[in-house]
Amino acid sequence: MSFLEYAAAPESTALLNLRDSYGLFIDGEFVDGHGTPFSSVSPATEKKIAEIATANTEDVDVAVAAARRAYERTWSKLSGADRGKYLFRIARLVQERSRELAVAESLDNGKPIKESRDVDVPLVAAWFFYYAGWADKLDYAGLGANPRALGVAAQVIPWNFPLLMLAWKIAPALAAGNTVVLKPAETTSLTALLFAEILQQADLPKGVVNIITGDGTTGELLVNHPDVNKVAFTGSTAVGKAIARSTARSGKRLTLELGGKAANIVFDDAPIDQAIEGIVNGIFFNQGHVCCAGSRLLVQENIHDEVVDRLKARLSTLRLGDPLDKNTDIGAINSREQLDRIRELSDIGDAEGAERWTAACDIPADGFWFAPTIFTKVSTSHRIAREEIFGPVLSVLTFRTPAEAIAKANNTPYGLSAGIWSDKGSKILAVADQLKAGVVWANTFNRFDPASPFGGYKESGFGREGGRHGLAAYLDPEARGLSSAPARIETPGLSSAPARTETPGLSSAPARIETKKKGATK
Amino acid sequence: MTRLTIPKTYKLYIGGKFPRSESGRTYEVLSTGGAFLANAAQASRKDARDAVVAARAAVGGWSGATGYNRGQVLYRIAELLEGRRAQFVDEIVAGEGVSAAVASSQVDVAIDTWIWFAGWADKYVQVAGNGNPVSGPYFNLSTPEPSGVVAVVAPSGSSLLGLVSVIAPAVVTGNTVVVIASESLPLPAISLAEVLATSDVPGGVINILTGSAAEIAPWLASHADVNGLDLAGAESLDWVELQIAAADTLKRVLAPVTGVPAPSIDRMLAFTETKTVWHTKSLI
Repeated sequence: MSFLEYAAAPESTALLNLRDSYGLFIDGEFVDGHGTPFSSVSPATEKKIAEIATANTEDVDVAVAAARRAYERTWSKLSGADRGKYLFRIARLVQERSRELAVAESLDNGKPIKESRDVDVPLVAAWFFYYAGWADKLDYAGLGANPRALGVAAQVIPWNFPLLMLAWKIAPALAAGNTVVLKPAETTSLTALLFAEILQQADLPKGVVNIITGDGTTGELLVNHPDVNKVAFTGSTAVGKAIARSTARSGKRLTLELGGKAANIVFDDAPIDQAIEGIVNGIFFNQGHVCCAGSRLLVQENIHDEVVDRLKARLSTLRLGDPLDKNTDIGAINSREQLDRIRELSDIGDAEGAERWTAACDIPADGFWFAPTIFTKVSTSHRIAREEIFGPVLSVLTFRTPAEAIAKANNTPYGLSAGIWSDKGSKILAVADQLKAGVVWANTFNRFDPASPFGGYKESGFGREGGRHGLAAYLDPEARGLSSAPARIETPGLSSAPARTETPGLSSAPARIETKKKGATK
Repeated sequence: MTRLTIPKTYKLYIGGKFPRSESGRTYEVLSTGGAFLANAAQASRKDARDAVVAARAAVGGWSGATGYNRGQVLYRIAELLEGRRAQFVDEIVAGEGVSAAVASSQVDVAIDTWIWFAGWADKYVQVAGNGNPVSGPYFNLSTPEPSGVVAVVAPSGSSLLGLVSVIAPAVVTGNTVVVIASESLPLPAISLAEVLATSDVPGGVINILTGSAAEIAPWLASHADVNGLDLAGAESLDWVELQIAAADTLKRVLAPVTGVPAPSIDRMLAFTETKTVWHTKSLI
């Protein structure tokens, strides 16, 4: 018996208490949607999990109105300390129900239970806990005294980390004093709706968070709704650009966290065992459904063969299969649509002359699966080196000098993340300086933390999520610099000079939150 | 008998040089009283694209310079501007029709604006950066970096102060800029370029175009090698179209401002990117 043979150890779904159908969560209650409902299926079995409502125009209006009402009547009148207490409650409830959330996430999304259990859900709790503490400390966020909430935030999130992306969006928004209408991705609505139940248990005032489900049309209605002040989107660059276009003129504050094609640079002086693990984690974590995935391996030419051989050996030990099995390393591809996309781009890789290697593994009969795959002999002009595949497919390129590595790494319209592997600290720091990427992992990869800002350069979007920086996306600073900056109006006669005013639209921004008010009740 | 004066030929400022517009076009600049002041170069699409090439070429050196170095260069601009203040007062009086006292105070504020931003060059990273206490054995540091090339539509009603108020916050962090000067008040902009050219500002870091913002700005807004777009002076243009064009390459965009934007750290940080570097710590 080889060590690869093992008895299945599936996580039980018995603790799930799912309903047959889910409505929209608006104003603190589940209500019927008025669009055509759709089925959410498990990508590992293609079996239906539940029926999910679709929000139409009218539902979006009702949700935004609920968020506006909650903002004006409740949330903006609470003290920061009390907002924080609600967030702490949510963090604790997520911890209490973590097993249930992890199982639901793996069932609905297809990711291995070891990831949803050990990465996604713990980070969700950590995100709420971290931002909870910020709610009454916004004066220290680096945005001047008394930064103001924006109002109603429209948030649209992707299917790769359904609950984690929800936490990235909702936690800082609420801490900063905004109210929220959030739309999860069509294929992964389930855990957002379970999260709505947590909000009920936390007794969060009604309307502060509203969760509406549906496809891209619902998302479009939401981000273009005239009564939202802030749009936060995580997803594809194409949709991100469309949102940037459609929100032009509106004065809505916008943050976008979009695609990536990260370079993972391995120098010949790298700690090679760790590097192999890091490369595997970089691209095969979450089936490669990661915007910051290390999808381009840039390996120094003289160690190329060794690295590729060791990668193949390591990938041959990965277990692909039932996401709920605690042994599983590679789960299911989230949807047939995404599987088609991965297959199409991989076939293009073959056609363009790259060399494909696929780990030998049994593919289950039902569901959507793609075995871990490596392309070698890839050049920078190949589409598999330029386009985001968003699947378990690694493109391997080579370089000779640090300058060449940097040039190749930056040769992309994206700029979300990058990796550097070397035991030479001065080289790491010099290369990190030159990489045009919002997150650089040195001798590690795919690390996330609520205290650490995350977000891209160039066409990977703008704005940061996480850390102190993540608050800036949900706050308007007081005008800063004026008092200490050169005088503008003191000189007699200068009154004929053009008036200096703030950006248009700022005056119409929502009234600022009283962060220091004590003892307010909801 | 009065001496016959030597009028200046006003040209563009691209890559540290003073070319005429490749289009050969000029337009008349008049005083508020309608008197002829000069012919300014009317920049074309090609000039704008040349300016972007020059700006891109200058990004590496300028953003790679130390903050101390950039701060001294900006301070040097203020020194030279101080020395040539009479010329700027005259040009502002002629162009804007204000009194000498008003023009003089505008020059004062413009000089002080350079000084204020000069001091930020080696501090903004400290103020906007962060060491992050992540839950694990990692060193984790966030630092802001310049976005790259920023295209700027300068305020239209303030020839010198408006221009300085948009250039200084963009370049102090290490960006390079292509600025479209006020169409009706372009002369102090080109005189400022003469100050820049003699202030140790590397060629290409600040490029100044004169002419029609309505004509040139769309090419800059859609240019794939421009990272940021400051629409400060675009209020009277079809700026929403510019913002939409900028969305195609996800440029960072600052919306139009009425009048002259106040100096602030927010204008500076609008064209920066936060980079977060993680490094493992070994277990000892």
